[in-house]
Amino acid sequence: MRTQWISTALLLFAIFYLAFLYIPVLLLPLFSFNDNIYVTFPLKGFTFKWYQAMWNNAPLVDAMWASIKVGILVSVASTVLGMLAAMSMTRYDFPGKAAITSLIMVPLVIPYIILGVSLLILARRAIGLDLSLWTIGLSHVLVCVPLSMLVLMARLEGFDKSLVEASYDLGEGAWRTFWRITFPLAVPGIISSFLLCFSTSFDEFVLAFFLSGTEPTLPIYMYSLLRFPSKVPGALALASCILMASIIVIVFAEWYRRRGVESKQGSIV
Amino acid sequence: MADTMISIREVAKSFGPVRAVDRVSFDIGQGEFFSLLGPSGCGKTTLLRMLAGFESPTEGEILIDGQPMSAVPPNHRPTNMVFQSYAIFPHLNVRDNIGYGLARLRLPKAELNATIERALDLIKLPGYGDRMASQLSGGQRQRVALARALVCRPKVLLLDEPLGALDKKLREEMQLELRQIQREVGITFVFVTHDQEEALTMSDRIAVMSKGQVLQIDSAAALYEHPNCREVAEFIGTMNVFEGRLLSVQGGIARVDAGPVGELLAPVNGSASLAPGASVSVAVRPEKLEIAAARPANGNAITGRRLAEAYLGDRSHYYVGAEGIAKPIAAAAQNKQRALTSGAPGETVWVHWPVEAGVLLER
Repeated sequence: MRTQWISTALLLFAIFYLAFLYIPVLLLPLFSFNDNIYVTFPLKGFTFKWYQAMWNNAPLVDAMWASIKVGILVSVASTVLGMLAAMSMTRYDFPGKAAITSLIMVPLVIPYIILGVSLLILARRAIGLDLSLWTIGLSHVLVCVPLSMLVLMARLEGFDKSLVEASYDLGEGAWRTFWRITFPLAVPGIISSFLLCFSTSFDEFVLAFFLSGTEPTLPIYMYSLLRFPSKVPGALALASCILMASIIVIVFAEWYRRRGVESKQGSIV
Repeated sequence: MADTMISIREVAKSFGPVRAVDRVSFDIGQGEFFSLLGPSGCGKTTLLRMLAGFESPTEGEILIDGQPMSAVPPNHRPTNMVFQSYAIFPHLNVRDNIGYGLARLRLPKAELNATIERALDLIKLPGYGDRMASQLSGGQRQRVALARALVCRPKVLLLDEPLGALDKKLREEMQLELRQIQREVGITFVFVTHDQEEALTMSDRIAVMSKGQVLQIDSAAALYEHPNCREVAEFIGTMNVFEGRLLSVQGGIARVDAGPVGELLAPVNGSASLAPGASVSVAVRPEKLEIAAARPANGNAITGRRLAEAYLGDRSHYYVGAEGIAKPIAAAAQNKQRALTSGAPGETVWVHWPVEAGVLLER
């Protein structure tokens, strides 16, 4: 009787927990189809017009493209830098290695608000840089490199070191060994790093808020919309599209990761 | 010995304060199957990695085919290696693994494929070209690693305990096969192992290493019959060792006072410049010993009590405890004559051997 009660309680807890996690997110698509300019219950009717409004709202679309551009550049740059750092950290032993690793990791634990203020001061006062998507991108690289390095180090550490030695032994130099051995083996890690960096950059608000110039990124633009109620449903429509895209990306990434695990069974790596 | 292929000259390697290889010098001949044998940590793998170019000597020089190697990186050395872990590239299939070192040569497609097919035949895995590394057994991986190294036509093939991960039966099969492949291709093999049986079975010559130094380099038979020191004697096979003091040397025969087991005679092996009074040992292999009920007329004899015997199918091992020595004396005999050698525990017997069957060692 008692165990029955406990398992019912646990079930309820699990249901509430999931509801708490997902209902707020699911409200977005719900209201994006609601035929009412105000985001409020009761629902009035079904409409696609907010999706149309979304496309007609040029600044919104521009902000989305700005975020995508920044996200892609940031994830490419961070993954390249993270790969280089991860290779040197996993392959070599050198004085000060531990200190360098921790220094690269520090941006992960500094509050973004502190980073934002200090980068703003650095850009404007110290260097005299004009604020633009570039300054946002640079700040995102700063916080994404440690993420990328962590992901790639985990991947590279799993390799048998003699694979690289075997490639040298079979006559290949460092450059060709990288492209024939290290890179193909690191691909799953590179893809995870890319996705992680992109999503970090895409929805980053604090740094972008401090460092944006005339062109806002999507989070900044959406925040500014809250002052114009008529434009909010359009933003909800866009948010629903992004939500859908994220789900597709996550499902794909998970599928890819599992496929990697399966094909690895029984191999040396 | 044929022409020299590898010349190791005063080579030493230190890792910080640890001296992994300590001023080693020897030559390896063209086409030789040469083994580096020793317990783990004796420096054999470090020496092999210096031949491959993965480590550079702290002192000394290595020459391969007359060329000094110190300035030559691993990818430009005329050596190829079979790694202990095999290091099969997991993202490539068998064909691409074997062809890995040939890509650089930009051979025509047909020639490349023919070379790979020949290699697959050599390692007895025809038709395995499209399999992935994860679909191969340990023994098959080992063969692929061997083929991958051999297709590059190295002057020297380096093997780092390649049979260590295989089970006993497969290992014995591969020992014969490796030896046969080596004769077929005629390449110098340098083989690292800690398994003395493996080294004895396969090698033309063996270097026994300990603590970074080479103790003895000889053929299997010479190492077994005439070890030059106690470490070699005890590392290879089983050896009964009786410690004592040298009394005299006469006509190439040493008289040794071996304390509790009495006086023993042993032939002096070559160079020994031992003075009477020196600490020495008389060593003798178990299969040279005979067991008898009464003291024989000639040779060395020690009396003791039978302790135990172990039946091993083709032969048996007998253990005899002698007064005053801690380790039981081990004797081995073919079971053809089992009726003559077997007996009840506790029985008093004589263990004896002809003088020339023993070895005199410095202690």
